[in-house]
Amino acid sequence: MKSVNNLEEIRKIIGLHKKWDLIFMITGIIALMIAVLTFMALFAHMLIDGMPRLSWEFFTSFPSRRPESAGILSAWVGTTLVMLVTAFAAVPLGIGSGVYLEEYAPKNLLTEIIEINVTNLAGVPSIIYGLLALGLFVYQLGFGQSILAAGLALALLILPVVIVATREAIRSIPVSIREGAYALGATKWQTVSDHLLPYSSAGILTGIIIGLARAIGETAPIITIGALTFIAFLPPSPVKNEFPYVSFEWLTAPFTVMPIQMFNWVSRPEEAFQLNAAAAGLVLVVMTLAMNGLAIYLRYRMRKNIKW
Amino acid sequence: MQINSEKPIETIQYKSEVKNLSFYYGGFNALKNIDMVLRDKRITALIGPSGCGKSTFLRCFNRMHDLYPGNRYEGEIILHPDDVNILASNVDPIEVRMRISMVFQKPNPFPKSIYENVAYGLRVRGIKQRAILDEKVEAALRNSALWDEVKDRLHHLAFNLSGGQQQRLCIARALATDPEILLFDEPTSALDPIATASIEELITDLKNKVTILIVTHNMQQAARVSDYTAYMYLGELIEFNVTDTIFIKPKNKQTEDYITGRFG
Repeated sequence: MKSVNNLEEIRKIIGLHKKWDLIFMITGIIALMIAVLTFMALFAHMLIDGMPRLSWEFFTSFPSRRPESAGILSAWVGTTLVMLVTAFAAVPLGIGSGVYLEEYAPKNLLTEIIEINVTNLAGVPSIIYGLLALGLFVYQLGFGQSILAAGLALALLILPVVIVATREAIRSIPVSIREGAYALGATKWQTVSDHLLPYSSAGILTGIIIGLARAIGETAPIITIGALTFIAFLPPSPVKNEFPYVSFEWLTAPFTVMPIQMFNWVSRPEEAFQLNAAAAGLVLVVMTLAMNGLAIYLRYRMRKNIKW
Repeated sequence: MQINSEKPIETIQYKSEVKNLSFYYGGFNALKNIDMVLRDKRITALIGPSGCGKSTFLRCFNRMHDLYPGNRYEGEIILHPDDVNILASNVDPIEVRMRISMVFQKPNPFPKSIYENVAYGLRVRGIKQRAILDEKVEAALRNSALWDEVKDRLHHLAFNLSGGQQQRLCIARALATDPEILLFDEPTSALDPIATASIEELITDLKNKVTILIVTHNMQQAARVSDYTAYMYLGELIEFNVTDTIFIKPKNKQTEDYITGRFG
């Protein structure tokens, strides 16, 4: 019996097998490039078209019939205010539901049905939320075609995202930490407020920002509830000169948002409006990327002191 | 099952009596008709092979099983001097956990400062006065032999401590609230030999201050630190006696086989 293997043969076999590594690697890079390059091409195209239109006036002007003097003032103000309403509604509802499902809910059939529903809600087409908001907020509750109705519609849309993020952030806390708190005699609420929420805040915040980044680009539900496509005035200011200094009149004001402004411009025949649309798109993409960047940064900052 | 103890140990009063305790994880009978006692301000060790139910037994003492659905106790654990059955359904598990502290297998400090870790049990009890907190935190850290190492960095994160220091911090956290019984669930299994030695020394020092129940998979550790030892196997208490008797002349053949390393 030979004690030494046939090295020649072994090397040949290894070489043959390694060829498949190479083939897969090339296929993988091509697949990746298709995704990345498509986005880059879109972004570059938008950049080339839209960049020349970006100026201070573009942000401070209302839409106009003359493309060169049209701007996105009412759109970005509308988007900002709608996002404000969305955040104020979705954050407490989402965190509350997530904490309840994770810590308080009894493990029974009803809870299970609710859990499956919440997870599936994230996949419901956004226009369905628009229809719901039209029926419920606009007509039933009489909010009208307002910032409040739009903000609440988008809040419903991102609620599943916030709930799921909250649950996952809480679930990622080790059992030993939770048991450590309970073993010292903490009640459920003490454990939640002193430990689970603070330690999961990075994950929850990331979920909120990702949700808002999704909501900022939503068009269908906003159109469904009837946002205006051409609006040349701003909602009433939330800050007042006389007592009580804050006003909530803006909640019921008509409005438009960035994607609708874009949609409006794209549907015009004039070439110059296409450039405006590209510029507005650029602003929208940068806003979304900035929010995602903020989420990544906050996660990094807040997780620095926590390692498990 | 026999509870034999020689004089003068007999005269030490009971801190707790376990009477016919059975425990079920859903349909699984994890503890079977256990009778045992914890003597006041003495160290009792639970030994036995993996899965014998020693940790399950320990976690009955602070009603940890109540955190998860489907668990069920039968029998009683009587806590003296007020003779309350801590397993009774009308006894709040939170009240039990305020009287009986626990140190876990792996050090589990909260991602907070050293000071806040030790003070947490006091804060849960509603203590807010800075002076009282300071005093209790210092006392607990001294009792867990950690004070000199951390007194200059009380407000640093607990995660920056070594594994052995973290476990002593967890002991300080458990001690800060003056528990009547201190439970240890294999407190040194995640530590190196030097840290283990310091924890064992600490546990020995704590005798006379608090009643201790310790689960260990390390028989030498049980022999070194404990006054009484209980040997468990498959959810049953096989033998319970003075530690020396268990290790030198066990009455039960099974115990002897385990102690001498012929099995387990």
